[in-house]
Amino acid sequence: MLENRRFVIIGFFALVGILYLLRLFYLQVLDESYSIESSSNSIKRVIEIPFRGQIYDRNGKLIVYNTPVYDLVVTPYKAKVSDTLRFCQVLGLERSEFDSLMNAASAYSRRKPSLFLRQLSKEDFASIQDIMVDYSGFAFVKSSLRTYTTPTLANTLGYVSEITGRQLEKQEVKYYRQGDYIGQNGIEKVYEKELRGRRGIKFVMQNVSGVYKGPWKGGILDTMAVAGDNLHTGLDLDLQQYADSLMVNKVGSVVAIEPKTGQILTMVSAPSYDPNLLASRYFSKNFAALARNPYKPLFNRAVMASYRPGSTFKLIQALVGLQEGVITPSSGFSHAGSPIKCHNHPFTGTVAMGVAHSCNPYFYNVFRRIVYNNDIKNTYKASAVGLDRWYGYVSKFGIGQRLGVDITGEYRGNLPNKDYYDKIIGEGRWKFSNIYSLSIGEGELLITPIKMANVAAIIANRGYFYTPHVVASVGDNHTIDTTFTIRRETGIAARHFEPVIQGMIGAVESGTARRSRVEGITIGGKTGTSQNRVGDDHSIFIAFAPVDDPKIAIAVFVENAGSGGAAAAPIANLVIEKYLRGTITNKALETSMLNANFIKKVILPGVKKPVAKKPVATDSLKKQTP
Amino acid sequence: MAESKPITKNVDWVVLLIYIACLFIGWINIYAAVYNPETQTSMFDLSNNAGKQLMWIGTAALLIICILVIDYKFYETFSFIIYAIIIFLLVVVLFAGSNINGSRSWIKIGAFSLQPAEFSKFAISLAIAKYLSDPAISLSRRIKDYYPILGIIGLPALLILLSNETGSMLVFASFAIVLYREGMPGIIPAIGIVLAALLILTLLFAKWYIVGVITLIALGVIWMMPTLSRRNGGLMATLLVGGLMIGFVFGVDFFMNNVLQKHQRGRIMVLLDPDSDPRGDGWNVIQSKIAIGSGGLQGKGFLEGTQTKFDFVPEQSTDFIFCTVGEEHGFIGTLIVVSLFVALICRLVVLAERQRSRFARVYGYCVAGIIFFHFMINVGMTIGLMPVIGIPLPFFSYGGSSLWSFSILLFVFLKIDAQRPFTLSRG
Repeated sequence: MLENRRFVIIGFFALVGILYLLRLFYLQVLDESYSIESSSNSIKRVIEIPFRGQIYDRNGKLIVYNTPVYDLVVTPYKAKVSDTLRFCQVLGLERSEFDSLMNAASAYSRRKPSLFLRQLSKEDFASIQDIMVDYSGFAFVKSSLRTYTTPTLANTLGYVSEITGRQLEKQEVKYYRQGDYIGQNGIEKVYEKELRGRRGIKFVMQNVSGVYKGPWKGGILDTMAVAGDNLHTGLDLDLQQYADSLMVNKVGSVVAIEPKTGQILTMVSAPSYDPNLLASRYFSKNFAALARNPYKPLFNRAVMASYRPGSTFKLIQALVGLQEGVITPSSGFSHAGSPIKCHNHPFTGTVAMGVAHSCNPYFYNVFRRIVYNNDIKNTYKASAVGLDRWYGYVSKFGIGQRLGVDITGEYRGNLPNKDYYDKIIGEGRWKFSNIYSLSIGEGELLITPIKMANVAAIIANRGYFYTPHVVASVGDNHTIDTTFTIRRETGIAARHFEPVIQGMIGAVESGTARRSRVEGITIGGKTGTSQNRVGDDHSIFIAFAPVDDPKIAIAVFVENAGSGGAAAAPIANLVIEKYLRGTITNKALETSMLNANFIKKVILPGVKKPVAKKPVATDSLKKQTP
Repeated sequence: MAESKPITKNVDWVVLLIYIACLFIGWINIYAAVYNPETQTSMFDLSNNAGKQLMWIGTAALLIICILVIDYKFYETFSFIIYAIIIFLLVVVLFAGSNINGSRSWIKIGAFSLQPAEFSKFAISLAIAKYLSDPAISLSRRIKDYYPILGIIGLPALLILLSNETGSMLVFASFAIVLYREGMPGIIPAIGIVLAALLILTLLFAKWYIVGVITLIALGVIWMMPTLSRRNGGLMATLLVGGLMIGFVFGVDFFMNNVLQKHQRGRIMVLLDPDSDPRGDGWNVIQSKIAIGSGGLQGKGFLEGTQTKFDFVPEQSTDFIFCTVGEEHGFIGTLIVVSLFVALICRLVVLAERQRSRFARVYGYCVAGIIFFHFMINVGMTIGLMPVIGIPLPFFSYGGSSLWSFSILLFVFLKIDAQRPFTLSRG
């Protein structure tokens, strides 16, 4: 019955067919490992990095932009360099460098382009472009380099560099990949999302050798890259550069704010560095050198350096005293009974005179009245209650708080309250006599330059402020962050500011800062001399002008430069005049400030100290502070 | 009387339709396989394989008309002469052939090349059919009746082997199907299948495991065996079979490790585990599986296949044409193609069985077996179930020789089948 064998044969054919269909069903439908995403090696995702947003100053001047640069790439199997000597001359390479670059490229892939030279400038590109035509296998790829028009804003702007391993791990949404660039500090970091734009993704086809073969599916799955938003800052580039020139050979900070808006006009942290150093291909080398620099140029003193406010703090004491009603504009105090000494000056019969002459006993008494402004008999308990009440007022000025500036690393500073002293001295074991140095801005108080500039802005505004910020608006639509348009009140009535402002005018006209007064501009200012453990006092000055219609509020800190009137006040008033008038009338003062060198007085850790360490008590100060 | 009738009269339309469908699907997939989005050429452009294939299809149509016009008795009468001509060509090509891809098996005519080896299948089929048409020949009883068949197959096989075209030669194994149908004892294919299974198991597992399993099975068989048959030599037979199997396992193991060259061993191991050498021997299999697997259920769409087009899959318009089907048309496409082949082969078996002459039946089975074997090896290779053997997918793969030879093979049978009402039964 051989005919029946046909069933065996047909059965065998059908069995193979079914087996193959099952296998195909498994491969094509069930097994995900062969899907397009996971294993297709012919379709490649290409990420397109958009142009990062540019940064402008308040007058539309460019501060940060992107320079087109050209990366030279080589495809080894196409590369023909007939005249290696000339080729090396053109590119400025040694023969050995050329060989190692070529070998590295060949080792990576003979058919795919490899980076040969990174970031050639437009000028270099122009000069060698024509010559490179002679050498096949080489191509230029356009790229961009973050470029800064001024070397004075490094710490404010921050820099852009390759993302670190930790940042890669920490990101919540997986946006960045290894090798991506990211804003690392200052504005570049805070506004990273706005500046970076939206990355484009292209699906391209490549053949087995990795050679580009056109868009996949005609590009319907591709997303276009969207350029980053431009930032419009409130910075005044000219003023910034002028202030920076005055801070040459000084360590310290200049912060100027427009009181009406809270926009930061100028933010100098001296010494600084050229941010282009960190944008170039030599990032790591340059960064290491900057990090080793003993003057810490990477440290943004404007928001990070803590100082004692010194006598500038007396302004707040006077305002709190007036608001509390413990003094009136015409209250007067003699030097008698005060543990803090003073220098010779006329009797301070009013608040204005107390401010103008920066009378220490005067503010000792004011603070004493504030602290004891309650019915509690026990002086310890009364001090505790009074201090916390005082704390409530002072913290509204932003002291001891983070203001919320749009720059990284803002330091909180320190404003002591009851809990603070309970912790360091012990509950019920301290009273006014332990803390009176706060009255003149010494003791445990710590502030940053931007906070004192903000205090100047509060006084200029007569009682309120807007959070100081660098970026005024974002993008072409000029979007403004609403947190910067909220008016923040201090709770001090506007009328209490007048006697204090009168005192500040007096300080500049005839008081501690009279040497730097500007003819024709009414400036209200206050000097401060901040004591510190090593080296000379820090020179501090805060001011605003014009008094009747304030356009600028400023704080200047110069480390180890002595009294507030010696360095900080002249610099501040020069900056004010420059901003309001455009020119400087007192050329002699300008020249002396430009040439002044206080950096040599700065005592660096690990460097032999030129001045003996001064014994300074933490809570009581015997020194007279003008 | 017969002169006035159309030549397509009585031609089996099922086979004809499947043939046309295969040619059409094959042709558009060849176009897709060689399609380059950067330098687009038309399907009809003679500079690409799709255009050339269209020309081959046209000439095949002319051949078919000739076949249908020629009297059906011609093929039976001239079987051995056709066989002799092909043998002659195979000899000629050994000395005068053009070398393409390392095999001297091509005759060049202008821009096109022909491969006589492709036509040897047709010649062998005719010769075997002619030989078996003698009713005195019995494959189930006399072993000496096999010798002429071994000669008919062996001579061209040797010549093809000499011209380094091993793939075509392996197809001759397909004649086992027709011999089985014509009376070859079932034990022979059974032994073949058992040995193939043992071979794969030996390559996959350590030999001692297999020896252990064989021993256990043998002991089981003996234990289950009725006492009577155990006495009647059943015990000895079981031990002998078990011993032979164990000997085969050791032989394979020795052959793999001591006789085969490293690269030959690689080819075989890749079949079992392509990932063992993804850049070398495994490359073809992995890329082919990626291409087919990435098609999914519906495929990427016509001309949207990227794995095949950009040379990840080798030989994408010839031996690996099935990858393009899988990638661009997905499981739906492969289902259609596999179904077409199974339907064609089964239909050929049905046609063969209804023949009145033994010659026609044997020839029909030869055609079915050859097409089936090509299909099984070619598709199996692209999905990783068969070793990579370079043989074309009938009617699909690009190439004039293979298209002509399969068309001749198929339509000679259709012609004979069409004349069936007029032939007398001869057993």
